Amino acid sequence: MRIPPAILTLLAGMALVLFGLWVGQNVNLLPVDASANAPVYDELFRVLFSIGSILFIGIVGLILYSLVRFRRRVGETGDGAAIEGNLPLEILWTAIPAVVVLFVGIYSYDIYDRMGGMTPLNDHGMHGMQHSEERTWGGISPVALEADGAIAPLPVDVTAMQFAFIFHYPDSDITSGELHVPLGQPVALQMKALDVIHAFWVPQFRLKQDVIPGQPTLLSFTPTRAGQYPIVCAELCGPYHGGMRSTVIVEEPESFAAWVAKNSPNPPAESPTAVQS
Amino acid sequence: MTLSLNPSESLQPQGWLRYLSFSTDHKVIGLQYLVCGFLFYLIGGALAGAIRTELVTPISDFLPRETYNEVLTLHGTVMIFLWIVPVVNGAFGNYLIPFYVGARDMAFPRLNAVAFWLIPPAGLLLISSYFVTGAAQSGWTAYPPLSITTPATGQIIWILSVLLLGGSSIFGGINFIATILKLRRPGLGLMQLPMYCWAMLGTSILVVLSTPVLAGTLVLLSFDIIAHTGFFNPALGGNAVVYQHLFWFYSHPAVYIMVLPAFGLVSEILPVHARKPLFGYTTMVYSIMAIVFLGLIVWAHHMFTSGTPPWMRLFFTIATAFIAVPTGIKFFNWLATLWGGKISLNTAMLFCCGFIVNFVFGGITGVALAQVPFDIHVHDTYFVVGHFHYIVYGGTVFVIFASIYHWYPKVTGRLLNEPLGQLHFWLTFVGFNLCFAPQHWLGLNGMPRRVAEYDPQFTLINQFSSAGALLMAISTFPFLINVVMSASNGAPAGDNPWNALTPEWLTSSPPPVENWHGEPPLVHEPYGYGVTPGELSLEASSGRDLWNLGQGDQR
Repeated sequence: MRIPPAILTLLAGMALVLFGLWVGQNVNLLPVDASANAPVYDELFRVLFSIGSILFIGIVGLILYSLVRFRRRVGETGDGAAIEGNLPLEILWTAIPAVVVLFVGIYSYDIYDRMGGMTPLNDHGMHGMQHSEERTWGGISPVALEADGAIAPLPVDVTAMQFAFIFHYPDSDITSGELHVPLGQPVALQMKALDVIHAFWVPQFRLKQDVIPGQPTLLSFTPTRAGQYPIVCAELCGPYHGGMRSTVIVEEPESFAAWVAKNSPNPPAESPTAVQS
Repeated sequence: MTLSLNPSESLQPQGWLRYLSFSTDHKVIGLQYLVCGFLFYLIGGALAGAIRTELVTPISDFLPRETYNEVLTLHGTVMIFLWIVPVVNGAFGNYLIPFYVGARDMAFPRLNAVAFWLIPPAGLLLISSYFVTGAAQSGWTAYPPLSITTPATGQIIWILSVLLLGGSSIFGGINFIATILKLRRPGLGLMQLPMYCWAMLGTSILVVLSTPVLAGTLVLLSFDIIAHTGFFNPALGGNAVVYQHLFWFYSHPAVYIMVLPAFGLVSEILPVHARKPLFGYTTMVYSIMAIVFLGLIVWAHHMFTSGTPPWMRLFFTIATAFIAVPTGIKFFNWLATLWGGKISLNTAMLFCCGFIVNFVFGGITGVALAQVPFDIHVHDTYFVVGHFHYIVYGGTVFVIFASIYHWYPKVTGRLLNEPLGQLHFWLTFVGFNLCFAPQHWLGLNGMPRRVAEYDPQFTLINQFSSAGALLMAISTFPFLINVVMSASNGAPAGDNPWNALTPEWLTSSPPPVENWHGEPPLVHEPYGYGVTPGELSLEASSGRDLWNLGQGDQR
């Protein structure tokens, strides 16, 4: 006796779904996560990777199966079956992608909200945001920290130009070519460009924001892993675009305070970060 | 005695010379588009080779930095505006649409010739800018203020060239809309047209609606460069982000202008070689129109990391992701077309299946990219480069090759060599995937696009990618040899080697001037495979005879 094809199809489908889920959970294509929103991003990535693997392997499998099963044998003539459509089937395969897309859309909205993306950009009622007169045109505001009410964000002014980033700490009046940030404290970058459009990207933070002349933008993140990570300019900005890189150094609050104390032109009497940590 | 001149015979040169003439024959114009486009494809491919050579090493050592930016700008512009858009619209549209609607030519033959003859001067202008003054350096997107601050002459020539090409595209679009809606043979309904007509109708609507926006934008940009106005120049109070909105209002639909005709061509090729009717004709038509509508309201997904407020990011996420639904319908319909057929796995079919595999991959990464939080990490990285090439090369260019293998016997009356074709396919397929699949990993891990130098940890993967590019370059040779040799030495194809039912096969191969030997055939069922001939409503004298002849040896 033969096993009914419907059972085999069901088993193949289940194996495919399980394999897709396994791939999503176990194949790691991303760099190390070093900010609070990076694990959130990685969660979205794993879900998308699972769904994508199931769809891709399923469709490629169907094609290969069709090409073998329905190939024209040697000497065979004539046509295939004259089937022109199947409305219930077509409704079904319109509905399935619609549901998947809707799910992915709602899920990624949730992810984006958890990353702070839905916080209004120009609501500068929060602490540490002194320069609030100017409109912010894009980016991600500090969020969620407010709920804890724990740590105020460290403000840093970023100036992008051909072909460098300059970081200025308004609290301690330090100007630096590298971005030093303390572990675990939110950082709010107020970003301006002097000449052309640049983009501030730290792959390990999973964050990117264009820096646009004439339109200040904002980017917030909370570093969660000590180390040195590249800051990469991601928007074509001229001949040396590929060389426009810097480094973000995530360090323990104590060593960050020491760095501030060592570099500040003013006496570090009231270093705000040291107080908080 | 009255002197009567038949314009198609007396006023136009005959023989090969007509391909260099201002011919108004749609078949000549179609081939002019194809050959001209292919020459530019070779140039664009050489530029891509230069880019991949530079990226073999992590330091900038092969090209001077300015030259590298000129090369990447030219590569994008040439491939999009001089190869894919003209070929997938102009070449196949001009060759096939009059056959499909049962006409003897396009609605406006002279406008058609004008549309083609704008392309060679525009292309030469663009290429010459490299040698004369230095080409544009700001990428094919030409974002200000970079495009305002880089050397002006190259940028202005780039704008002029793109304006000419956009004009050509609009002329073509108007012509296709008029031909499809107004030149149909009496008795031929819209819902009886071959699917490529619907694809071209949708594409032409996009062309006519969105290309003028690009033209207007580039004129304003040229004012900023020449006359120092401040539309997009923040230093003069302008707004650089407005340019991005206007640019992508054209350039996102441009992706559909490159891809929808390819969908149409696949819908013509698959049923012929699978010997089955196109599955779900009606839903295919509605999905094309849904893609056209949605394609116009998704442009800001190219600007998720730009100056865009949260609500805008959200709206464009949802709109973009929903394009996956009509696109998915088309792919499921093609799979169902294959299912239960009698598939001949020839080169045309191989390239179609390669297209489906590549495009599904590109579509999945596309849905991921549509999600704002996902895009914020990989925007402007090699992930996007990989995704984009899976759509336009793995998608459209694969279909262009499939179409050449499918319609070569129509144009020349001879078949292409099949083993060489299979070699061409496998070299292209392996080379393409080796070149572009690793780029997704590069983007995820920190390599931005449009760079001449990169973090040394990415060296090995970049070398894989460059090796794939080399394979793709090599794959061009079997194709060129095949196309040139088969024109004189290929096996005679007869009029209808595939026993196809779409109207262009119901006349002689190559077709006569004005297409038909008698009245144009009335084809109500262009995909009527698996139906006995008596049930088909083929009312044409010549067409029916040819078709019966073709079917005769099978039964």
